[in-house]
Amino acid sequence: MTRDSADTLLSVRGVGKWYGARIGCNAVSFDLYPGEVMGVVGESGSGKTTLLNCLAGQLTPDRGEVFFQMRDGSLKDTVCMSEPERRILGRTDWAFVHQHARDGLRMNVSAGGNVGERLMAVGARHYGDIRAAAVDWLGRVEIDETRVDDRPSQFSGGMQQRLQIARNLVTGPRLVFMDEPTGGLDVSVQARLLDLLRGLVRRMGLSAIIVTHDLAVVRLLADRLMVMKDGHVVETGLTDQVLDDPQHAYSQLLVSSVLQV
Amino acid sequence: MAMIEIDGLAKIFTLHNQGGVVIPVMPDAALRVSRGECVGLAGASGSGKSTLMRMVYGNYLASAGRVVVDGLDVVQAAPREILTLRRETLGYVSQFLRVVPRVSTLDVVAEPLLALGVEADDACDRARRLLTRLRIPERLWGLSPTSFSGGELQRVNIARGFAHAYPVLLLDEPTASLDAANRETVLTLIEEARARGAAIIGIFHDEDARTRVCDRLVDVASFAVRAA
Repeated sequence: MTRDSADTLLSVRGVGKWYGARIGCNAVSFDLYPGEVMGVVGESGSGKTTLLNCLAGQLTPDRGEVFFQMRDGSLKDTVCMSEPERRILGRTDWAFVHQHARDGLRMNVSAGGNVGERLMAVGARHYGDIRAAAVDWLGRVEIDETRVDDRPSQFSGGMQQRLQIARNLVTGPRLVFMDEPTGGLDVSVQARLLDLLRGLVRRMGLSAIIVTHDLAVVRLLADRLMVMKDGHVVETGLTDQVLDDPQHAYSQLLVSSVLQV
Repeated sequence: MAMIEIDGLAKIFTLHNQGGVVIPVMPDAALRVSRGECVGLAGASGSGKSTLMRMVYGNYLASAGRVVVDGLDVVQAAPREILTLRRETLGYVSQFLRVVPRVSTLDVVAEPLLALGVEADDACDRARRLLTRLRIPERLWGLSPTSFSGGELQRVNIARGFAHAYPVLLLDEPTASLDAANRETVLTLIEEARARGAAIIGIFHDEDARTRVCDRLVDVASFAVRAA
């Protein structure tokens, strides 16, 4: 199923997901444009991760459509495309950065292998080229070249997260899904990772959807913000507008609950 | 044609978690600012000067009315339209610089130009010139401004705000916490911006600064809610 439209990269229409009688998320609609970064915030259980998984093809929504702009410019509903087609997207145009790096890495394969594997999945065959690309990407995420043959299990949490990002971005995706990318890292490591993500998003012109409960993270990274509660979107808008002048009772509570340092 | 056209602009804050208190700040504001004109907002603290400025920037959501900046109604515009307007047309020097950890001072200042696609060398040249004019010592340029003093931060903030020649500028107390020499530099920067045709709205508590750079003053209290 295809549909013509303007220049939206992702067009989400009425997406809903239930776990039995319990609501995961419902009636979520928005458009994401190329180069735009959208943050999704809300407390645990608000449905933000469910939504992200529905958008990234990791969960099948019960309702709604998710149109993605293919490289030929057509919009295609990723919900009803075939599994192999979706898997190709997952290896090429999409990237998924998990909260726990070990969910997105192969822990028994070297750092270089983790990055190279994504390249091989899209057809790279020349060992020298793959290794060179892997070293280049490790450098971009500030992992020293001498660690290329080490396994991620020998890396710190922050390094594992940077390696996961390198593995995801090496194939030049157009849309990156991130689930709490800085969760569980201490603040100095978070700052480094945020600076890195910010630079990569800018330079590569990436679009991204970032799910987090950390308002400081979206303030730095996201152009737009969506606030979720109990599976529903309660407020959307420019990031600084939603954070500085929240309209909905729940957004006001969320913003006023942040500790000032 | 006015670069900024404000009509029937209203702002009401509703604090849902504090008993649903409704605070009407501004019932009906109107203002026109033309190219090459600097309008000063006057009025007591709490009269809504910053609120008005933030609504022009799209940072606060207006409750009613319209704010048309270079043809775009910020009140109705989609987020990405406002982002484009802010990148190309609408600059804002707030009282506080939100510093990103680890980003050097030079990059902080050059960033608005890089976002516009200016070559890195040209952007850094411009950033260096501004930092020099604002007397930030060169040894600090490679450091993140996180650890700078209040006055240094404010000057970095101003350098960033003036890096791109925005056609519309919003200045919230740009001369606060500056010494005489730097205050003079900032006032000159504002005069230069006005001379090249920028439409400027400013808040200046410093009366000398106000009379020097503002073409006229608008009393925000005249837009404010009056007791019946």
